[in-house]
Amino acid sequence: MMSDSTSSKPKSKDLLSKIIDTQYLWKTIKTFGIKEFLLICASISVFAVIFIFVFLFVEGIQVFFEVNPIEFFFGTIWRPTAIPKYRAWGIAPMIIGSLMVSFGALAIAIVFGIMAAIYIAEVAPPQIRDFVKPIIEILAGIPSVVYGFFGLVILVPWIRETFNVVIGETAFTGALILSVMILPTIVSVSEDAISAVPRHLKEGALALGANEFQTLKSVVLPAALSGILAAIVLAFGRAIGETMAVLMVTGGSPIIPSPFWNYLSPVRVMTASIAAEMGEAVQGGTHYHALFAIGIVLFVITFVLNNITRRIVRKRVKMLKRL
Amino acid sequence: MPPLSANKYVQKIFFTLTGIAVVIIMGALFFLLGLIFIRGAPVINLEFLTQAPRRGMTEGGIMPAILGTLVLVAFAVAFAFPVGLFGAIYLVEYAKEGRITRIINEAIENLNAVPSIVFGLFGLAFFVTFLGFGRSILSASLTLAMMILPTVMVTSVEALKAIPQSFREGSLALGASKWRTIQDVVLPEAFAGVLTGVILAIGRVAGETAPILFTGVVYYKYALPSSPFDQTMALTYHLFVLATESPDIAKTRPIQYGTALVLVGLVLLVDATAIYIRRNILSKRRW
Repeated sequence: MMSDSTSSKPKSKDLLSKIIDTQYLWKTIKTFGIKEFLLICASISVFAVIFIFVFLFVEGIQVFFEVNPIEFFFGTIWRPTAIPKYRAWGIAPMIIGSLMVSFGALAIAIVFGIMAAIYIAEVAPPQIRDFVKPIIEILAGIPSVVYGFFGLVILVPWIRETFNVVIGETAFTGALILSVMILPTIVSVSEDAISAVPRHLKEGALALGANEFQTLKSVVLPAALSGILAAIVLAFGRAIGETMAVLMVTGGSPIIPSPFWNYLSPVRVMTASIAAEMGEAVQGGTHYHALFAIGIVLFVITFVLNNITRRIVRKRVKMLKRL
Repeated sequence: MPPLSANKYVQKIFFTLTGIAVVIIMGALFFLLGLIFIRGAPVINLEFLTQAPRRGMTEGGIMPAILGTLVLVAFAVAFAFPVGLFGAIYLVEYAKEGRITRIINEAIENLNAVPSIVFGLFGLAFFVTFLGFGRSILSASLTLAMMILPTVMVTSVEALKAIPQSFREGSLALGASKWRTIQDVVLPEAFAGVLTGVILAIGRVAGETAPILFTGVVYYKYALPSSPFDQTMALTYHLFVLATESPDIAKTRPIQYGTALVLVGLVLLVDATAIYIRRNILSKRRW
C-alpha cells in the first residue's frame, strides 16, 4: 500500500507540474510559433462576437417555427405562461417599454450631462476639474443592482407619493434611475469632444471680440457637435441594454401604457423580460426561444448603434485633422 | 442692439447653470452612497462578514456570497487576462496595420457594446448547454471573462503603446530577439498599465448580475463551492433576490443595505486602486 501511493504520487505531480510549468508551456508555444499563438489570442474577440450572434440566432430563430414573425414583433399581447390556448407572443409592449425608458433617460441625461461636460471643459478652474471628473466616473462603477436597490427604496415610494399613483414602479422611475447610470458616458465623451476643439478656433473668436459664452455657442459647440452626438448614441446603446436596475424599478407588466406616452404607467423592457422570465422558461420550449429572439433584437440594436457611433467618431477624427 | 448672447449676465447665468448641473449630479451620487453607508454600516460586523445566512435569510451573514463573488472574479480574470494581454501584444508588437487589425479592433468594440443580459443568454446557450458545463462557476466565470475581455485588451494595448519605441530599439540593438525584448523590456515597463486594466475589469465583474443570472448563480447554497462545476452565491444576485423576490422583503431590509454596502465598498475600493496607480505611477513617469 505504502509503496503504491508513493509511486503514484510523483507521477501525478509530474503531470500537474507539466501543465502548470510555464517553461514547458512556452517551449510548446515557441515551437508552434509565438506570433501565431498571439494572433489566436487576439482573434478570440472576433470569434466571441461571431459565436454570440450564431448561438443567439440558432436558439432565437426557432420561435418563428411556431409564431408568425409579424405577430411576434407587432403583437401587443405577451402571455407566455397562460394555458396553451391563451398564449400570446407579441413583444411590441417591451419594445415600446424599452424605447420609453431609454428616451426618457436620454432626455434627462443629455441636459445634465452636456451642461456638466461644458462646466468641466470650459468653466471649471483646473483644481475643481480634477476633483469633479473622477467623481463623476465613480457613477459608472456603481453596480447596476445597487442602482436598482436605491431606486426601489427611495425613488419608488417617492414617485408613488408625489404623483399620487398606485404603483411607484413606472417608466418614469426607470428613466430617472437609468439617466444617472448613463450620465458618465455622456459627460466623459462630450467633455472629450469639447476639449478636442482646437484652441486656435477659440482664440480666433475671442480675438474678434466675442465673449466666452458667444465663443462656446457659435464656435466650440458646433465644432464639438458630432462628438456630442456620438456620446448620445453610445449612451442610448447603454440604456437599451441595461437590465437589473430597470427590472427592479419599472414594475414589469408587459402591457402598452394607455395613452402610450403615459410615463407614470408600469412598463416592461426587453432586457427585464429576459432576466425575469428565463428562470421559468422550459429549455427548448417556445418561451425559451422567444426570449432568445428578444436577445437577437437587443444584440442587433446595440450592434447598429455601436457602428453608427464608430462612423461618427471616424468622420470626426478626419474633421479635426483638417481644422 | 447687440445680440442677447453678448450680454455678460446671460453668460454668467449660463455658466452658473452648468455648475448647478454638476452640483446636482454630485448630490445624487453622495445621496446614494451616503444612504447606503448610513443604513448599511450598522449591519456590518464580523458575524455579518463571516457567517452564512440563517433562518430563511433573515439572520446571519453573507459570507458565501462574498466568497462566491471573489471566486467568480478570480476565475474570470484568470481566463480573460492572458488572452487579453497576449492579444494586445499581437496588436501592438507584431501586427501590421491592416485588415486583420481592423477586424480585431472592430470586434473588440462590438463585444464591449453587447448588453450584459445578452452575454447571459450566450453563456446559457454556449457554456451551460452546448459545452455541457451546466450552471456552474465555470460557465458563469467564462461568460464574465468574455465580457471583460475588451476592457483588459484595450487597456493593455494602451499600456504597450505607451512604452517608447527607443526602449525596444535599444534592446534589439543589443542583440536580443523580438520576444526577449517584449518579455524583458516591454512587459515589465507596461506592467502597471496592464494592471490598471485588470483592476478595472475586476470592479466590473464584481458588480455584474445579468451575465451570471442563468449561468451559475443561486439564491441560497448551504455548502461552499468545492469545484468549478458547483453553483455559487454572489453579492449582486443576493441583493437582487433579497430586494425583489424573497418571501419577506421588509424583514431582510437591513441585510440588503449591508450587502449593498459591502458590494459598493468592494467595487469602489477596486476602482480607487486603479485610479491611484494611474495617478501616482503612470503619470509620474519621465521618459
